[in-house]
Amino acid sequence: MSFLSHLDALEAESIHIFRETAAAFRRPVMLYSIGKDSSVLLHLLRKAFYPAHPPMPLLHVDTTWKFREMIAFRDRVAAAGDVEVLVHINEEGLRQGISPLTHGSAVHTDVMKTAGLKQALDKYGFDAAIGGARRDEEKSRAKERVFSFRNAQHRWDPKHQRPELWHTYNTQIHQGESVRVFPLSNWTEMDVWQYIRRENIPVVPLYFAKPRPVVERDGALIMVDDERFTLRDGETVQMREVRFRTLGCYPLTGAVESTADTLDKVIDEMASSRSSERQGRMIDHDGSASMERKKQEGYF
Amino acid sequence: MATLDITPASQASMQLLRFITCGSVDDGKSTLLGRLLYDTGMVPEDQLAALARDSRKLHADAPDTLDFSLLTDGLDAERQQGITIDVAYRYFHTARRSFIVADCPGHEQYTRNMATGASNAGLAVVLIDARRGVLPQTRRHSYICALMGIRQVVVAVNKMDLVDWREDIYAAIAHEYRELAAQLGIAQVHCLPVVAPSGDNVGTRSARMGWYEGPSLLELLESADVSAMQGAEFRLPVQWVNRPDASFRGYAGTVCGGRVAIGDEVVVQPAMRRARIERIVTADGDLPHASDGQAVTLTLDREIDVSRGDVIADAARPAPVADQFAAHVLWMGDEPLLPNRAYWLKIGTRTVNARVTTIKHKVDVNTQAELAARRLELNEVGYCNIDLDHAIAFESYADNRTLGGFVLIDRQTNATVGCGMLDFALRRAANVHWQHTDLDKQARSLSKGQQARCLWFTGLSGAGKSTIANLVERRLHALGYHTYMLDGDNLRHGLNKDLGFTPEARVENVRRVAEVAHLMVDAGLVVLVCVISPFQSERRFARGRFDEGEFIEVFVDTTLEECERRDPKGLYRKARAGEILNFTGIDSPYEAPEHAELHLRTSGLRPEQLAEQVVEQLLRGMGEDRPHA
Repeated sequence: MSFLSHLDALEAESIHIFRETAAAFRRPVMLYSIGKDSSVLLHLLRKAFYPAHPPMPLLHVDTTWKFREMIAFRDRVAAAGDVEVLVHINEEGLRQGISPLTHGSAVHTDVMKTAGLKQALDKYGFDAAIGGARRDEEKSRAKERVFSFRNAQHRWDPKHQRPELWHTYNTQIHQGESVRVFPLSNWTEMDVWQYIRRENIPVVPLYFAKPRPVVERDGALIMVDDERFTLRDGETVQMREVRFRTLGCYPLTGAVESTADTLDKVIDEMASSRSSERQGRMIDHDGSASMERKKQEGYF
Repeated sequence: MATLDITPASQASMQLLRFITCGSVDDGKSTLLGRLLYDTGMVPEDQLAALARDSRKLHADAPDTLDFSLLTDGLDAERQQGITIDVAYRYFHTARRSFIVADCPGHEQYTRNMATGASNAGLAVVLIDARRGVLPQTRRHSYICALMGIRQVVVAVNKMDLVDWREDIYAAIAHEYRELAAQLGIAQVHCLPVVAPSGDNVGTRSARMGWYEGPSLLELLESADVSAMQGAEFRLPVQWVNRPDASFRGYAGTVCGGRVAIGDEVVVQPAMRRARIERIVTADGDLPHASDGQAVTLTLDREIDVSRGDVIADAARPAPVADQFAAHVLWMGDEPLLPNRAYWLKIGTRTVNARVTTIKHKVDVNTQAELAARRLELNEVGYCNIDLDHAIAFESYADNRTLGGFVLIDRQTNATVGCGMLDFALRRAANVHWQHTDLDKQARSLSKGQQARCLWFTGLSGAGKSTIANLVERRLHALGYHTYMLDGDNLRHGLNKDLGFTPEARVENVRRVAEVAHLMVDAGLVVLVCVISPFQSERRFARGRFDEGEFIEVFVDTTLEECERRDPKGLYRKARAGEILNFTGIDSPYEAPEHAELHLRTSGLRPEQLAEQVVEQLLRGMGEDRPHA
């Protein structure tokens, strides 16, 4: 008889996936995006290999437009010393001056995130990249595999994904090919927060409400995080009590008005929430099924 | 409509039920699932607004009705076709339970998706259109559920509004399904009448079918049995050996059955080494015991050899160990399953070489009739004998899904081409033992003053394999080597005279030649094999029979045009005339080697020159630059 609670069952499944990845691939890496899902991933990574240190590094693909609090948080994680944190920036994109403010979300994401990720994977020769994507995030992810196969060009082909039965994952690949691995596939946003509370996992303070300087732009509340942000005509910076449900590049991440300044309040707010998690992300609004296209191009 | 009260506090300790939904294309499966998500309050306002917008766009005739099927639509391609073509996973919860739904497509050719979805599910919701009743698809889906080990089915008879809410129609369908379930060995069946779009008996009980007094679908799901599908005996397949330093050596894995406690005596299988459990380590502190589903790290009270793929089991009731099995195989590859072709087989955390030696019969998934078969095509199910190159610890699938379920992986493409459910070990495996002999290959080759090798010549018919090999053998003989030449044509006069030229026969032909060559290498000889061996996977199988460095693949690369021009046996002419079928290069493929040790481009060179290249390569590999006297 199985008496595991659903969080225990999800945790055990994720740990199993981490161990399978470490055992079956030559050079695995965990992609670290500093958000709440990455915090949970890191926690599970440490648990999976306890008492040993994690047998793989973390990789942060830095678009140079992350919130300052995120970078500070990342640097604290690196300072813990039990796990190596690699940071990769697409220097070519940086030289071209790619910016979400001038080039828009599509170009910025494509160059600094998608191309940056491919560069880093090639540079270090990683053959398995673990990420925090969940199937409940977005429609096109509902069919994603736990071990998602990518060809040598990092492309995802929905027609050639391998059937996945039981927890018996096919980890065979040829030289140059790779997989993306998603240990949180079966977690929901609520599961993630419940688990953060249960396990007392640190997350970036931006998830909790606080008065922050924001600008209303294209129907979203954008936080003014540094001096690179330029105001358009008619825009004013206001202090509002806001928090973030997801974290990304600050000019592309909408805040929500909220008074939830503790973990309990965040969870209560979500239980009665009436909008979906990715609503604050500009990238999803580029067109119907845009996430699917991005995946085919190699976006995580 | 009920909006369920979700209190986060209770949610943290509730249980998880994984289930699948199956039905035919028009049964309203997507609508039912969408309705479940809606009734449990899982659809946020922004998505609801998008749903209303899309519903109006698609159904101009009913602008105010929500089309719930749109909530569960996924990829672009299927949206255009209007059908689901892959397993999609959905998540919802109530105050009592958390659910993971595998939304399984009902389309004819996607049996493999249903098997995928069913593999982790403890329950199936089968949809039936009240107007159409139990269809061949219903039977097929239920058979696959039963095959994959699902013992609990909820039958939702949908579209009751279109049959005037008639109890007799519902009762007839329910009766027919129960008979089917009994035939298939599905132990628990619950039937209920529903109307998915309006939510009758979905989230709440319907007032419009007073004759039905049972629970709603959601109530059924909340009360279904969630006990695990694993057996009672303790088993843990080792995933990872955890060795941070010399003082700690732990074996990490997920318990797949039973329970283990500190001090328990265990046995590491298949080698059957015994030890006692010293600690059960987790990052949250040591545990006194661990049970099914928990991911833990075990330490043992003594140092014994344990590696990934081993199974740690209850010493009093260990798992059976065998290398030959009877199993159901569901084929998922585009290329057919060929008996005797080698595949990777992954079971638990162990990967071994496997061959299907016999397809005893295939099963018509619509009627469950047993049919004769020489191969299995995509989406076909067969009952097969399977032969592994190593003995493994296993369980019957009915007792333990983890140690009884396996996937088959193509060795060339790495695609997952099949899955299987072990039934029992074949008796002969237990009775046929490997007889150890005192003399080994090394002793035998040493007495001949040489190192044993297999030179494997592959190439088109007429490429010059036998001509070159003959020269190589003469040269080696002159140098004092003990050799033997196995020629494909010659073997077909004796050992292989029962084999034709179909793909199945070619696979078996190469397998036999490889086994004979292996015996001769074991005898200490330098063996020269000349067979077309057109398929990569058989050459790989052959290579796998030899030790590192022993097998030298020689690709005799002559163009098809040149072979046809030479046509020493007149075979190409006959093949072109249609008098010979399955002729390599004409109507049967030749897969050129990619990593041959020696690639002989024959154009412009005499056979003697080519033979010299082979001899040089062979001697260099033996570390003998100069031929010995």
